[in-house]
Amino acid sequence: MTTTPAQDVQPKTRGQRFTGAAANYIDERTSISGLVKEVGRKIFPDHWSFMLGEVALYSFIVILLSGTFLTFFFEASMVEVHYEGSYAPLKGIEMSAAMASTLDISFDIRGGLLMRQIHHWAALLFVASIGLHMLRVYFTGAFRKPREINWFIGFVLFVLAMAEGFTGYSLPDDLLSGNGLRIIDGMVKGIPVIGTWISYLLFGGEFPGVDIVSRLYILHIMLLPAIIIAAIGIHMLLLVINKHTQFAGPGRTNDNVVGSPVMPGFAAKAGGFFFIIFGVITLIASTFSINPVWVYGPYDPSPVSAGTQPDWYIGFADGALRLVPPGWETEWFGFTWSFNIIAPLVILGLFIAIVAFYPFIEAWITGDKREHHIADRPRNAPTRTAIGAAGVTFYAVLWAAASSDLLATHFKLSIEGVIHSCQALLIFGPIIAYFITKRVCLGLQKKDREIALHGYESGRIVRLPHGEYIEVHEQLDDYELWKLVSYEDYKPLMVRPDAQGRITVGQRFRASVSRWFFEDRIAPVSQKEIEQSKDEHH
Amino acid sequence: MATKAARASRRSQPVGRRHPLATVALLLVGLLGTGGAYALFTSSATAETSASAEALVEEGGKLFAANCATCHGLDLEGTTQAPTLIGVGAAATDFQVGTGRMPLAISGPQAEQKPVQFTEEQIQALAVYVASQGPGPAIPADMYLTGEGYDVSNGAELFRINCAMCHNVAGAGGALTEGKFAPALADVTAKHAYEAMLTGPQNMPVFNDTNLTPEEKADIITYLKYLDETPSVGGFTLGSLGPVSEGLFIWIFGLGAIVAITVWLTAKSN
Amino acid sequence: MADDHGDTAGSTAAGKDVEQHGAPAHSAGTAVVATDEVPNPGFPPHRPRVTDLDPKVDKQQERRVSTMFLLSIVGSVLAVVAYFVFPIEPGNMQSVRNNTLFLGLGITLGLLGIGIGAVHWSKALMQGHDLVEQRHGTRGSEETRAKAVEVFTLGNKDSGFGRRTLLRRSLIGALVVTPLPAIVLFRDLAPADNPVTLLKHTFWEEGMRLTRDPSGTPIKASDLTIGSAFQVIPEGLNDSEHRIEEKAKASVLLVRLKPEDLEVSEGREDWNYDGIVAYSKICTHVGCPVALYEQQTHHLLCPCHQSQFDIKREAAVIFGPAKRPLPQLPITVDSEGYLIAKSDFTEPIGPSFWERKL
Repeated sequence: MTTTPAQDVQPKTRGQRFTGAAANYIDERTSISGLVKEVGRKIFPDHWSFMLGEVALYSFIVILLSGTFLTFFFEASMVEVHYEGSYAPLKGIEMSAAMASTLDISFDIRGGLLMRQIHHWAALLFVASIGLHMLRVYFTGAFRKPREINWFIGFVLFVLAMAEGFTGYSLPDDLLSGNGLRIIDGMVKGIPVIGTWISYLLFGGEFPGVDIVSRLYILHIMLLPAIIIAAIGIHMLLLVINKHTQFAGPGRTNDNVVGSPVMPGFAAKAGGFFFIIFGVITLIASTFSINPVWVYGPYDPSPVSAGTQPDWYIGFADGALRLVPPGWETEWFGFTWSFNIIAPLVILGLFIAIVAFYPFIEAWITGDKREHHIADRPRNAPTRTAIGAAGVTFYAVLWAAASSDLLATHFKLSIEGVIHSCQALLIFGPIIAYFITKRVCLGLQKKDREIALHGYESGRIVRLPHGEYIEVHEQLDDYELWKLVSYEDYKPLMVRPDAQGRITVGQRFRASVSRWFFEDRIAPVSQKEIEQSKDEHH
Repeated sequence: MATKAARASRRSQPVGRRHPLATVALLLVGLLGTGGAYALFTSSATAETSASAEALVEEGGKLFAANCATCHGLDLEGTTQAPTLIGVGAAATDFQVGTGRMPLAISGPQAEQKPVQFTEEQIQALAVYVASQGPGPAIPADMYLTGEGYDVSNGAELFRINCAMCHNVAGAGGALTEGKFAPALADVTAKHAYEAMLTGPQNMPVFNDTNLTPEEKADIITYLKYLDETPSVGGFTLGSLGPVSEGLFIWIFGLGAIVAITVWLTAKSN
Repeated sequence: MADDHGDTAGSTAAGKDVEQHGAPAHSAGTAVVATDEVPNPGFPPHRPRVTDLDPKVDKQQERRVSTMFLLSIVGSVLAVVAYFVFPIEPGNMQSVRNNTLFLGLGITLGLLGIGIGAVHWSKALMQGHDLVEQRHGTRGSEETRAKAVEVFTLGNKDSGFGRRTLLRRSLIGALVVTPLPAIVLFRDLAPADNPVTLLKHTFWEEGMRLTRDPSGTPIKASDLTIGSAFQVIPEGLNDSEHRIEEKAKASVLLVRLKPEDLEVSEGREDWNYDGIVAYSKICTHVGCPVALYEQQTHHLLCPCHQSQFDIKREAAVIFGPAKRPLPQLPITVDSEGYLIAKSDFTEPIGPSFWERKL
């Protein structure tokens, strides 16, 4: 940058002349200079947790690249063939063309297995990093105005990613994924009124039919990716418009962004990070086996493997199915009501809806219409953090329940014991997690207050002239202090009559929720308190 | 392919089975070498029992009385604690004692594999003794145990249909009810695998010779051997537990490593 | 904290936008608006890096970065080499392993070299101190918003969208109805039959022999010893046109217990043959094959969701999410001693569905 004026005087090298001409050519046809001016020096704050969304984005690019390679060889057809490839234990076995081509990719195309494993590991990482990214956004309150809509788009991306994962998992038509589809079929059939027909139309006849792989394939490689790319586009556009949040820090306010500019520092980091993510995925894919479909064999409705599980992100749904107590099915008016399927669907639906709409719920409770660009420390929003911990626990129990049989064999327990424990944990776990987390947050806030007012305990004991012993507290400097005292504080809503002098039910409800959220708040330290405490110490 | 498998087997198994003709040779050896005992178990019309076989039965009887009779009864009639052994045959005895499951150490949901308590000869004596008290399935002939010359893809299919639901497709084992489990099959000897199918130890169903013929059992054993000896093409298998271990791996190690990288990435350089 | 947001009305009657002209401020809701907050101390002094101070270190770091890039080149070249040096020999699994591993490691080095190099470049050599950019409210300026309103007003005026109610309503009506053909079009995703009828029948019929899965060879009653478990398909299934679909409904587990162990309910006395019973393998929960048979406890376990069925008690559910027992296939033997079905299942097999009882 500083050398720019010097360049004007010196004669340009050939490379510079070429770059200049090329840039001119493009700009005269696209007016791209405007975009570069707008975006090129945008500031991105630095914090490790702000990179998680990038992990998701980059693993998605890796998925696109490796997936494209796979489409060149994969045959999305359920036509029955006799496998004559090079994997001996399946020679001569009847299987679908989809399965046979998957085996060919694995065993007869150089780098094919590598690409399959890159694709699958990247897919697991994609969903996992979205999950972690969402947790970061949630626990730092980065979903508050003006980012509620972007949270929702991100949520949609999470659901789409799971859909992508599940459709992809089903494509090879192996025993594991076939039984997965069998479970989907069973669940769909359990939906009241329309279930039977939805399943019938989805599978193009009776399960498994000969259509499902090609139908899922077109969803997997065209429709879902197209929607995902569009949603990512909007997600990132809103990111640029809203600018990134930042953690509280000296000099940082709600009205500025502090960090490194896109060009060149952030671009180099982010670009380099893409290669690192790609590299890490490739390293995992070249050393760790994933989804060995040849071991599972082709789909056949008769066999099943012990330890049949979906990929991790569908685990919570599988766990919910496992945890239903016996006998939840009945007949009313001649129709069959499968509550052992309806109940998990409704519960998961509610859970997902709460996740999707949480920002709007919290905005309604606080009534805060201001923009928020400073990320909260989780402890400074104790109720939100506690709700999050409860949600994480709920999800984790369902997830663990999906591997109940493996938990049983690996920890020498009985399946029945594991299931019963998970059932109890599903109800009590979130409650316990809520209270523990809330207490921990409030405790940390109190500690912060204590430190802000009285400094750190230095461990140094001093005897005063009049004989009293005191421990010397080391005061914080202004920069450290600022991190501890700068946070938003809310108080419970007071119920007040509206213009007509009435108190509506909605108002009462909101007031009670607001009380639940904020009644045991701990206010940030004020300047007066600081001065008072200083006086005490002197 | 065949020669490669043979070469692979030679590397990992120092004993015998070197030549493609091994099947034939083993057939002969199987019939002749263990001939005495073999003929005794299978045919009720044993023409002449050699003196050594009688001695074997006698030794087996002593071992049985000392180690097994407390639970199974002196006359193999069984007690409230243990089932009768009349008619279980040499195969069941060889499996239970040869894998260390018997004698039972502690009562639990099921008898588990543990260090073997007896020598080869003692196990043989016990098997002969139990077989002498009532006819039952015999110890399999070696010709079915080579894992060579049989149809590996048929074995794999039969394995998926008859075994994988409990033992997992990769033979990694799986859970049963009330704390019981189907054990992992890696490195189970061919003989014990065959005997397990034949006799249905504990809660395992019986796969008698009309359900899975000896040739089909040999096919399955060939597949198990293939699983044991073929390297995992994809890399480390994470216990062959499928999506659960894959999911845990990507969260803990994959995402863990990446989070560590993001910390480095965003740390201020000095 | 933020100065221009802090001093709004201070009202706790939350939810009401305090509309103001010019620069609008927003309600803080139930937020406590601090009047005495600790002031922001401003940016801490910039701490220069070693590379900023020492040109030698700067040069050294530059070399380090370019070394990473060179390593990347080496890795990519090695990957290409590995592609040829470790080819796949058909049937040789070790060759597949080597191909995957070395190709992958080469690519990994190629990628990580660039990645680590670029990040290190950015961290060590590019501008080290933070820059500041001002935020502006996301809301458009009053002028822009007025312009946008004007656009819509003009559009409305011109088109009469608000005024011409007949036109508007008929358009909305038309738009609502247009997707209907699309819904109808999806009917032919599946054949013309009624799924409910199909789900109520399986391949089994009277007199059909029980055969081994997958070979299709018939089974004699004498083939089953106590404790045996046979995986069964109907005779002729392997040659049927819809083999897989039929198998998904007709798979059966055949076991033999001591006849006295069976608790047979009324009407099912002749459904077993001398302790030999046949049950549908398709779980009544969501349809996984239930074939984990424990020959001593006579329990059947589904590996997918852990439903358990007791074969002694006609496959009654004893644990897990399933509600209904597994349907029993009535069997007997024919004149040659082979096991045959006495009829199809007497109820729909597999997962429950809405019209199951109709």
